[in-house]
Amino acid sequence: MGGAVIARSPTQEALQRLRRDRMAVAGAMLLFCAALVSVLAPVLAPQDPTQTNLAQRLAPIGTPGYPLGSDELGRDILSRLIWGGRVSLLVGFGAVIVAMGFGVIVGLMAGYFGGWLDSVIMRLIDVLMAFPAILLAIAIVASLGPGLRNAMLAISIVGIPYYARIIRGSVLSLRELEFIQAARIIGAPDLRILTRHVLPNCLSPLIVAATLDVGWMIMAAAGLSFLGLGAQPPTAEWGVMLSAGRQFIRIAPHLSVLPGAAILLVVLALNFLGDGLRDALDPRLRQ
Amino acid sequence: MLSLIPVLIGVTLLVFLVMQLAPGDPAQIMLGPKATETAVAQLRHELGLDQPLLVQYGRWLIHIVQGNWGRSIQLKREILPFLLGRFGNSAYLMLFATLLACSVGVPAGILSAVKQYSVGDRVAMVLVLIGFSTPIFWLGIILQILFGLVFGILPVSGLQSPGRADLGDLIVHLILPSLTLTTGATAIIARMTRSSMLEVIRQDYIRTARSKGLSERSVISRHALKNALIPVVTVVGMQVGYLLGGDVLVEIVFSYPGIGLAMVNGILARDFPLVQGAILLVASSYVLVNLVVDIVYAYLDPRIHYE
Repeated sequence: MGGAVIARSPTQEALQRLRRDRMAVAGAMLLFCAALVSVLAPVLAPQDPTQTNLAQRLAPIGTPGYPLGSDELGRDILSRLIWGGRVSLLVGFGAVIVAMGFGVIVGLMAGYFGGWLDSVIMRLIDVLMAFPAILLAIAIVASLGPGLRNAMLAISIVGIPYYARIIRGSVLSLRELEFIQAARIIGAPDLRILTRHVLPNCLSPLIVAATLDVGWMIMAAAGLSFLGLGAQPPTAEWGVMLSAGRQFIRIAPHLSVLPGAAILLVVLALNFLGDGLRDALDPRLRQ
Repeated sequence: MLSLIPVLIGVTLLVFLVMQLAPGDPAQIMLGPKATETAVAQLRHELGLDQPLLVQYGRWLIHIVQGNWGRSIQLKREILPFLLGRFGNSAYLMLFATLLACSVGVPAGILSAVKQYSVGDRVAMVLVLIGFSTPIFWLGIILQILFGLVFGILPVSGLQSPGRADLGDLIVHLILPSLTLTTGATAIIARMTRSSMLEVIRQDYIRTARSKGLSERSVISRHALKNALIPVVTVVGMQVGYLLGGDVLVEIVFSYPGIGLAMVNGILARDFPLVQGAILLVASSYVLVNLVVDIVYAYLDPRIHYE
């Protein structure tokens, strides 16, 4: 008589594998803290992030009342970093959701229906992918005009082909499998097959790609702001802070070092988590 | 090879449309806010802006192919020769960065794979993650602070010192920007080389090579490496796209007179013909690089054939 066999769902198994990955856990915790700080920004930030104080310009780190110093207009850097995180996380996750939403719809249609629809969609995707990603985002913002919302829209558009391709690839391999064929034979409508049978089976590559992509989106949005094409001053946003701080790099390097370090930490956390998720969801890939 | 043509046409169409969607009338922008309505209408007619969109695109494309890329509104000079000069400067930077990325990334990846799970491998893989999580513009600023301000040993901006035009001076100016540009690409190449190498050294023919008594060095360098490097070629090609994008940010940080700086200045000055040209030039060169990568790939790997 063998011991009791505990049946676990694949999701539970994946979560358990994820919990054993120390880097992924560290990433998830860091990300959770960053999200918490962003949500609680109105409570946590010691000052209004746009409140200027010309008597306290360029205060160094550790100045009373300004734990991380102040910028060229005497604004509290800690408060600006906290509020900036809110913007960056919102833009990063928001852009991924938009890009993934459109990419999934387009990829599902191309992969499932095939034929001329697939050809047209794939040619369009080829064209979008013929541009270096950030360059395409710059071109779109140049056309729509600078601003945070347009920057977010631009990086979302740039992200669509990435998801469409992942989904299309998964659908192509799923389409011929017996359970999909069976659903078709019993007369299930296409929409039901796509949403109930195809999509759930594409979720793992999607989750991994999205996690890694949030990091890219955050960096791209900060990059656009850095170029003057994204968020505009006086908004507290990490890219804007970095760009403004550059003028004072000789006398107050912390103005540009701190926001960049914040971006690095959040993106690193996302990459740790994304790598861990990939290993956990697809153990065959583990090396 | 022929499939390149629809992609290139798509690229030109997209560049054209994106700039068409830009708010504001180009004729009005060229003439300035004080121009009379008749003058604007006259210029619109001369520029063909009153024609249907498709006709405008056709004309524009013919001009592009003929090498007539128009004049920059802001710089008041021909766009194509100006952009080609700037593109040349960016090409130095990119070439330098690519060489650095390959010469560091490939050996690092091989060593990591051969000594899998060693301390060195773990450290290298954490460094890789840090490498591609670092915002490139921030890294540039950090290097400027360190090497330009703290140690004061390297120039932090521009392409040449005033009054000098020698190769040594150029190379010194290229060090920090290419170091900045190369970091992310190096990380990705190292990671890809490692995983490709790991896959190859588990194959039967490697076991055969080992069991017939070849030294480990010979197994790795003569047998494993050749096959492991094939996917790396594709990744290196893909990194060119990453480098072309990152190049824009790096050029802004280092005030490097390349095509990225020209493009961003053009956008901020609403000089759309210039921006259009710059984007077109970068995107088409990316398409061509990808073609070269595909050809090299097919050459290296006899299993691959292109119709």
